[in-house]
Amino acid sequence: MKILVPVKRVVDYNVKVRVKTDGSGIETAGVKMSMNPFDEIAVEEAVRLKEKGVVTEIVAISMGVAQCAETIRTALAMGADRGILVETDADLQPLAVAKLLKAIADEEKPGMIILGKQAIDDDMSATGQMLAALLGWSQGTFASKLSVEGETLTVTREVDGGLETVALKLPSIVTTDLRLNEPRYASLPNIMKARKKTIDNKKPADYGVDPAPRLTTIRVDEPPKRKAGVKVASVAELVSKLRNEAKVI
Amino acid sequence: MTALVLLEFDDSGIKQPSRSAVAAATALGEVHALVAGVDLGAASAAAAKLPGVSKVLVAESAALDHLMAEQTAALLVALAQGYSHILAATTAVGKNVLPRAAALLDVQPISDISAVVDADTFVRPIYAGNGMATVKSSDALKIITVRAASFDPVAVDGGSASIEAVSVGDLPGLSKFVSAELSKSERPELTAARIVISGGRGMQNGDNFSLLDPIADKLGAAVGASRAAVDAGFVPNEFQVGQTGKIVAPELYIAVGISGAIQHLAGMKDSKVIVAINKDEEAPIFQIADYGLVADLFVALPELAAELERS
Ligand SMILES: Cc1cc2nc3c(=O)[nH]c(=O)nc-3n(C[C@H](O)[C@H](O)[C@H](O)COP(=O)(O)OP(=O)(O)OC[C@H]3O[C@@H](n4cnc5c(N)ncnc54)[C@H](O)[C@@H]3O)c2cc1C
Ligand SMILES: Cc1cc2nc3c(=O)[nH]c(=O)nc-3n(C[C@H](O)[C@H](O)[C@H](O)COP(=O)(O)OP(=O)(O)OC[C@H]3O[C@@H](n4cnc5c(N)ncnc54)[C@H](O)[C@@H]3O)c2cc1C
Repeated sequence: MKILVPVKRVVDYNVKVRVKTDGSGIETAGVKMSMNPFDEIAVEEAVRLKEKGVVTEIVAISMGVAQCAETIRTALAMGADRGILVETDADLQPLAVAKLLKAIADEEKPGMIILGKQAIDDDMSATGQMLAALLGWSQGTFASKLSVEGETLTVTREVDGGLETVALKLPSIVTTDLRLNEPRYASLPNIMKARKKTIDNKKPADYGVDPAPRLTTIRVDEPPKRKAGVKVASVAELVSKLRNEAKVI
Repeated sequence: MTALVLLEFDDSGIKQPSRSAVAAATALGEVHALVAGVDLGAASAAAAKLPGVSKVLVAESAALDHLMAEQTAALLVALAQGYSHILAATTAVGKNVLPRAAALLDVQPISDISAVVDADTFVRPIYAGNGMATVKSSDALKIITVRAASFDPVAVDGGSASIEAVSVGDLPGLSKFVSAELSKSERPELTAARIVISGGRGMQNGDNFSLLDPIADKLGAAVGASRAAVDAGFVPNEFQVGQTGKIVAPELYIAVGISGAIQHLAGMKDSKVIVAINKDEEAPIFQIADYGLVADLFVALPELAAELERS
């Protein structure tokens, strides 16, 4: 079966982001960008399924500015076979991303689409579920384990009280949680090989999708700052302060 | 304007995050609540007592038992007509179900709101809470998940809503619940606890987490962990506090052997009082802690347990 893996270009998780002084958004100029960490886990899972012989082809897809091609290259270096870039300067929100991915899925006819459970910039945690809805497919979100047997995908999910296992009818959507796997680093030879793999360049209009956002960001504020408090010298002092000063115990 | 809130419940009643979602909904207008699954007698009675709720919709069906996304989203779509807002708490269930329902209704969901500005405008944290975005929706129907830690839950009683059974149409048979491994604990749930004590990589192994037990017992605290501690297998996944784990805002948060990475802070920095115990005085966690104790946790934890025992 064929697998699609949408990979998002986001501000690197190590970057301490700053709110723009005019409150219009987050400062992204000159900031290091990387593949969303959950999407690395998605690519890794797809590559492992290919290594096991379950999957025959992996297509990495990214949407956004032209530099998203670099994110696709990273996926290709990890083992994806080819890429699709949907290039746009528009502010793509999950509904638009899901509509574009649906259009691509209608063309590519994959057996599974693996996404990240959330993108660490906008923290929406929505795209996979929305794509599943538009396709009318089953969904295994927040996956920490998956296995394919015939027409059934079994997914173990990280839920609030522990783990839950569901059996899904394929084709299906999976979104990755942290413990699904540990993504590999691309080797130098694979990075070289990835340069020769193809990336199709598309526009939202090619899929007849209007990417206009439904949510307008009115402004972005700094969160309230916490001030560092005091250092206590001993456990006894700590307990006394919690009791008599903070009055929380 | 009427809002519909999808509730989660267990044997002890309506879950606290869902009661926070009701609190957010009451800022929008009239509130109806939805309980779905099997054996809903107790749950619908509990829902009818929530202050602010005027009607409880009861959807009884074995297919809805575990609030699986495919079936529950289909139910919400069938009920959506006439509502201005559909809400749920930002829990594993809320995050799984609401975006699916939203796409079916051609709505862009608004995830994890921390404040209601007006009927169309909400505040939500982005970039691990390093920015608070005020967003305005142009959709006629708003579909919203609610950050429970940001809204004081409504009380468990005081209301007297009417109860109405709704018919459950055909639900998609795409998915089946197989099993759940839920941790059994006498302790309060992380997202509902008044006090949380969390261990990090500094705990070194799972056995050492028992050093937190006497303290948690004494304080009636829930136990949490950093991602590093969960990834290393010290404790199960449901302990994880942070951007990609649980968001907590207790009265008191005690971080033990946790360095204070942005992703961890995102899950606990709204706690009222923060205590950090760490042997490295440069650890970033001290920059946000109200009380910092620079100490070896293997010395400090037994001392803390003894000190709490003493008084
Ligand atoms: C630098 C930057 C600044 C932004 N500023 C704003 C802003 O100020 N206000 C605003 O409303 N929006 C802004 N956006 C857009 C915002 O990030 C979108 O809402 C986003 O595309 C969808 O939310 P999410 O990524 O959190 O989705 P999620 O549902 O959390 O993403 C889950 C998964 O979906 C897939 N996915 C999502 N998007 C893409 C994509 N584009 N390409 C491929 N796969 C994808 C990935 O597999 C991802 O792991 C900005 C985006 C960027 C890159
Ligand atoms: C996509 C993504 C999502 C993430 N999501 C989360 C999340 O939701 N939650 C989360 O927590 N992290 C998350 N992380 C991980 C995060 O970046 C950090 O790696 C993690 O929080 C570190 O955990 P820690 O503080 O326990 O470990 P470390 O950073 O290794 O810190 C251990 C601390 O213990 C102290 N210590 C060691 N021994 C002792 C001792 N004997 N006595 C006292 N102190 C001691 C050390 O001084 C150190 O400060 C995420 C990362 C990524 C990339």
